[in-house]
Amino acid sequence: DPDRKTEVVLLACGSFNPITNMHLRLFELAKDYFHETGKYKVIKGIISPVGDAYKKKGLISANHRVTMAKLATKNSDWVEVDDWESCQSEWLETLKVLRYHHQKILSADVTNSLQDAVPITKLGRKRKQEPNRHEPIKKKNQSPVVKSVPQVKLLCGSDMLESFGVPNLWKLEDITEIVEKHGLVCISRAGNNVQKFIYESDILWRHKNNIHLVEEWITNDISSTKIRRALRRGQSIRYLVPDVVRAYIEKNRLYSPESEDRNAGVVLAPLQKYASDPKSSQALN
Amino acid sequence: MGNPPWPLRLFRRSYRTPLSPFGTQTSGAVNFLARSLLRASQADLPHAASTTPAPQGPPSVTAGNRKFGRSPPGRYQVIEGIMSPVSDRYGKKGLVSARHRVAMAKLALETSDWIRVDPWESEQDTWTETVKVLRHHYNEALRAFQSKKEFTRNKHPMESSAGDSLSCQQPVLPELKLLCGADFLQTFKTPNLWKEEDIKEIVGKFGLVCISRAGSDPSQFIQESDLLSKFQHNIFLVREWIQNEVSATQIRSALCRGLSVKYLIPDSVIAYIVQHNVYTAESERRNEGHLLQPLRLQNPTINPLRD
Repeated sequence: DPDRKTEVVLLACGSFNPITNMHLRLFELAKDYFHETGKYKVIKGIISPVGDAYKKKGLISANHRVTMAKLATKNSDWVEVDDWESCQSEWLETLKVLRYHHQKILSADVTNSLQDAVPITKLGRKRKQEPNRHEPIKKKNQSPVVKSVPQVKLLCGSDMLESFGVPNLWKLEDITEIVEKHGLVCISRAGNNVQKFIYESDILWRHKNNIHLVEEWITNDISSTKIRRALRRGQSIRYLVPDVVRAYIEKNRLYSPESEDRNAGVVLAPLQKYASDPKSSQALN
Repeated sequence: MGNPPWPLRLFRRSYRTPLSPFGTQTSGAVNFLARSLLRASQADLPHAASTTPAPQGPPSVTAGNRKFGRSPPGRYQVIEGIMSPVSDRYGKKGLVSARHRVAMAKLALETSDWIRVDPWESEQDTWTETVKVLRHHYNEALRAFQSKKEFTRNKHPMESSAGDSLSCQQPVLPELKLLCGADFLQTFKTPNLWKEEDIKEIVGKFGLVCISRAGSDPSQFIQESDLLSKFQHNIFLVREWIQNEVSATQIRSALCRGLSVKYLIPDSVIAYIVQHNVYTAESERRNEGHLLQPLRLQNPTINPLRD
């Protein structure tokens, strides 16, 4: 019964400097995983590139990163790019981005439910949220059913999960809310240490049912760092990033030794923010 | 570095490359790996479709030619890459019709201006030994080269543009090398799979370019083989630092399970697979229990279930 399935939105935060085929694979793997459980239905994927205020070394302008992500997802019918986070003048905690999208989905969902009660079918709106075109008609005939609320889950690789342990990078209360109220989908390679990492943290262990671990059997090590390195060395990145992204990078000469030096010596925004905050130095355990 | 019998006026333009896999075909022991070796822009590569007359020296679009590695920098220029899908007669489990495999390779290479698919091998009635395929393409290259030589000899010599690497007085015969992964190299060990004289010719006369991933080093394997170590000057090892191990087997397995392969193989290839329903549980069972053709040829009395 499709109505019984929990709707899930996958949110990926990160630098996307540049976006690679590996990033795009995360979405596909997560979607397949949720589909196979039979309990969830992935309705949307969101790529949210971080703002320039993050101050990571080598981070080029958000405009380019957002544009490349959009080019990369042009052919996707369910993954889109959201630039809200990148437009903020200050760096935003991941949790705030999660909350923002959660709120957005909720209000869209409420609007949809209201529309269900109205006899006029507004298919346009529906299609944006649910790719299955038949659903609106079906709902119209049913008496209003309390459907479970769509969930927004943070999609990431094992590196992000393990970064929870980096001092002053995350606030403990943020991590708690992320895994408790939203959920994590972590894609990792076979033979990783993620399960052990979760085991060693009381907070993560407590909410392990909301931390979905997906194993990636096809080893895919296309990190943005390696892409930038290859570009600096004049090596090809063909077939590692979507061709439109490669063309865009080439046309705009985006990555160079100079661009890699951006923010050199600058402290990463969260580290700067939390260095003085006693809450963030709380151990993950 | 070995000394080829002819002057080598070829220039290498880059060292290593990231691996770019296409896992859609199985072609015997050769996985379909496409790589781009250009450091300079695509424009530097002599273009098959180029309409501007090249200064003296062929924009040779003949046989694939790679030579790089720890040799002196700047010596070679890759002018072409050829993908040669194996014939259906190879008899490997799960091997779908060559018609599809060639079509998919063509789709995958649509955006490449220097790699092409050559269906010659797939069109042969019988399975063709790798060395014969190499010979065929080499002969084709030779033929093209000789006709170009005639052509340039009959024309007025043109002013060569400054600094152009191909503006040598004599058009140079390109070399043809077999491109493979480390797993392919290992198959030389498999009993009855290769004829020793074939290996000798492949490695000695033509040359091997072997792409291996970070952490694995085939040089030991080469050292342990008398035959290979004799020709190690002609075996070029390229380290692939950006791991991207998409095997065709995994792709087929994912497809049969209804899992996504998007971003692992080109969209155009995925569309083709869907449209023609290429990979199914049934296609996976093809040639099940059959012996690989090369094994069958070497020793016809072998238990057919051995593969």
